[in-house]
Amino acid sequence: MDGATSKQITVALAGNPNAGKTTLFNALTGLRQKVANYPGVTVERKEGSWQLGEHHATLIDLPGLYSLDATSLDEHIASDIIRGEQTGVSKPEVVIAVVDSTNLERNLYLVTQLFEFGVPVVVALTMIDVFEKQKHEIDVEMLSALLKIPVVVVNAKSGRGIEELAEKATAVIGTTQQIPYTFDETGDEAGPRGKIFARYNFISNAVQESTWHSDQSSHLVSDKIDRVLTHKFFGLLILVGILLLVFQTIFSWASLPMDLLESGFGALQEYAKASLPEGILADLISDGIIAGVGGVVVFLPQILLLFLFISLLEDSGYMARAAFLLDKLMSRVGLHGKAFLPLVSSFACAIPGIMATRTIESRRDRFATIMIAPFMSCSARLPVYTLMIGAFFGGQYVFGFISVGALLMLLMYTIGIIVAVLFAFVLKRTVLKAPPPPFLMELPPYRLPNLRTVLQNMLTRAWLFLKRAGTVILAISIILWALMYFPRSNQEPVVSSQQTEQTQAVESETPVLPESEQLKHSYAGKLGHAIEPVIAPLGYDWKMGVALIASFAAREVLVSTLSIIYNVGKDENEESETLITAVREAKKDDGSLAWTPLTALSLMVFFVLAMQCMSTLAVVRRETNSWFWPLFMFGYMTVLAYFAALITYQGGKALGFE
Amino acid sequence: MTRNRKDTTILTELAVGSEARVTAVNGEGRVTNRLLEMGVVPGATVSVVKSAPFGDPIQVRVKGYSLAMRRSEAEMIEVAE
Repeated sequence: MDGATSKQITVALAGNPNAGKTTLFNALTGLRQKVANYPGVTVERKEGSWQLGEHHATLIDLPGLYSLDATSLDEHIASDIIRGEQTGVSKPEVVIAVVDSTNLERNLYLVTQLFEFGVPVVVALTMIDVFEKQKHEIDVEMLSALLKIPVVVVNAKSGRGIEELAEKATAVIGTTQQIPYTFDETGDEAGPRGKIFARYNFISNAVQESTWHSDQSSHLVSDKIDRVLTHKFFGLLILVGILLLVFQTIFSWASLPMDLLESGFGALQEYAKASLPEGILADLISDGIIAGVGGVVVFLPQILLLFLFISLLEDSGYMARAAFLLDKLMSRVGLHGKAFLPLVSSFACAIPGIMATRTIESRRDRFATIMIAPFMSCSARLPVYTLMIGAFFGGQYVFGFISVGALLMLLMYTIGIIVAVLFAFVLKRTVLKAPPPPFLMELPPYRLPNLRTVLQNMLTRAWLFLKRAGTVILAISIILWALMYFPRSNQEPVVSSQQTEQTQAVESETPVLPESEQLKHSYAGKLGHAIEPVIAPLGYDWKMGVALIASFAAREVLVSTLSIIYNVGKDENEESETLITAVREAKKDDGSLAWTPLTALSLMVFFVLAMQCMSTLAVVRRETNSWFWPLFMFGYMTVLAYFAALITYQGGKALGFE
Repeated sequence: MTRNRKDTTILTELAVGSEARVTAVNGEGRVTNRLLEMGVVPGATVSVVKSAPFGDPIQVRVKGYSLAMRRSEAEMIEVAE
């Protein structure tokens, strides 16, 4: 707020998807932008600041729209904003309509609707270089005269027209523009249809008068690319290839930064422990906060990479082709073609997968996809599978050459997929029942992705992930830590044969309880005992109960918790021989072996199906903007996991397995 | 090739690659209105570009751009060659 002459105004940026709206928005606002949700809905609210001569403008990036008829949530919000009826957003003084010159008629449709809102409109004409390369010509002045509003040719990359756009926008503030077309309220086609016809009639004439086309087909290049990419056979083959490449890259490229982050947080934990005075604060900070938050932040490289690829695929126009190729297959279970990528992404991590469902417009389709995404076996389940297989099925082969471990791994992934498909089927016929949504989707011309848009999108997603999931995770980590830490046990440690070595090694003045003893008397330990009757039919004892409770924060926590419980030191990982041995030799309170291969199998089945990830629930809460869906998800997944593990264990026992 | 020219037909009957003029968009409600808003209005020129691997959806060219739609939606569009 500098100077007395400056005025605060609101400008809305409207336009069709793929019209170059985001690129223009970025060019106008630079990094001065923020993203949030409109209250109570999942529509993204993106705004930035734009200096408009003497005015400070808040530039609101409306969702990409084909129409303002308020049939979809996006359209509803957008028309509310333009009317000034959206809480928290003041009525815009000007609307900038982004119009793709290579797709003039359909893009202008939105402009004709904007006229009817009575807010001054300025057209920003984009993609003019492509348009001219296609040997078309446009008389911008003529178009402006026909539309009776300013039309400015802009190029976000070169900066062409940006200043003129600001001038024209400032000039129209407070003016009234005339609607340049009329329609007959009383004719045969009165009502909404008549309006649509009237708008398109006007547009057809205006475009015919202001543009000249050569005879050449303007979509030659995209059509040629499509001959391969949406080919009945090669198209599918290439799609599979692209997906393989994406996931291979995510796994291999992300592993190095993930390892670095992990060891970084480990070092930070050690540092906090060493530099803080011993006691509750040090424990809270290192074992609670740093370990908990660190456990989530390590997934950041995967999320960044996945969103890099999603942005590239989306910006280039390929994503629409993938949906086109797969819609038939996906619609058999009631899902939209666009659900495919989020679901496949969920094999890496459900969080970016769920965030990627934003490309699905229909709310019910999107929610159905979100609800089944966590059934895809994510990378956090791998440590658990690996530990169980290593302890009980390692080195076993079927027919002498097929590893039992690999078969089990495949089985776990398959169970997840089958259950997901069944659930999608059920959800779409019950809770999320809706007539099949129209599959009217533009196949935009292929374009070279705009690097800045891609990077900005990636960073926005990463920031949202850190901010939202991070705050929730922080709280959960502290709670979980407290449950394992309190109450502090004051009694003398009961020195069992197993613990002698460690207590001797500690040999400190004040008797320090081994962590396993502390755990037993902690609230978490008590909880473990409390749930023992419930989990005993699955083959688990109370110690596994503690690990199971802890794993509800994040699946891989099971491994570290088991390490604490079996006293093998915190830094053990899933491949550690000692943890594997400890699990194999662990005894129940009655002296019998705690684990059998059947217990391990039952636990693996539980992990395929159960909702054990606080970050996912936090993201579902955020993406659905409701507490119902995360709670519902938690409920049905966990109940399902329980019964599946029960059937596995009891069924296995009945069949004579151990 | 020997299609009856005097009659209108529905878009799904149109041979891949051939052009036709939209004569009517049948049906009521959201899907119909959406089709119209996307430029599939009477008088517009449409052509079927191709169909997806499993026969559905289809890619249609209208108003100079490519629009994908399911066959169920295309069946509402009447065209004359």
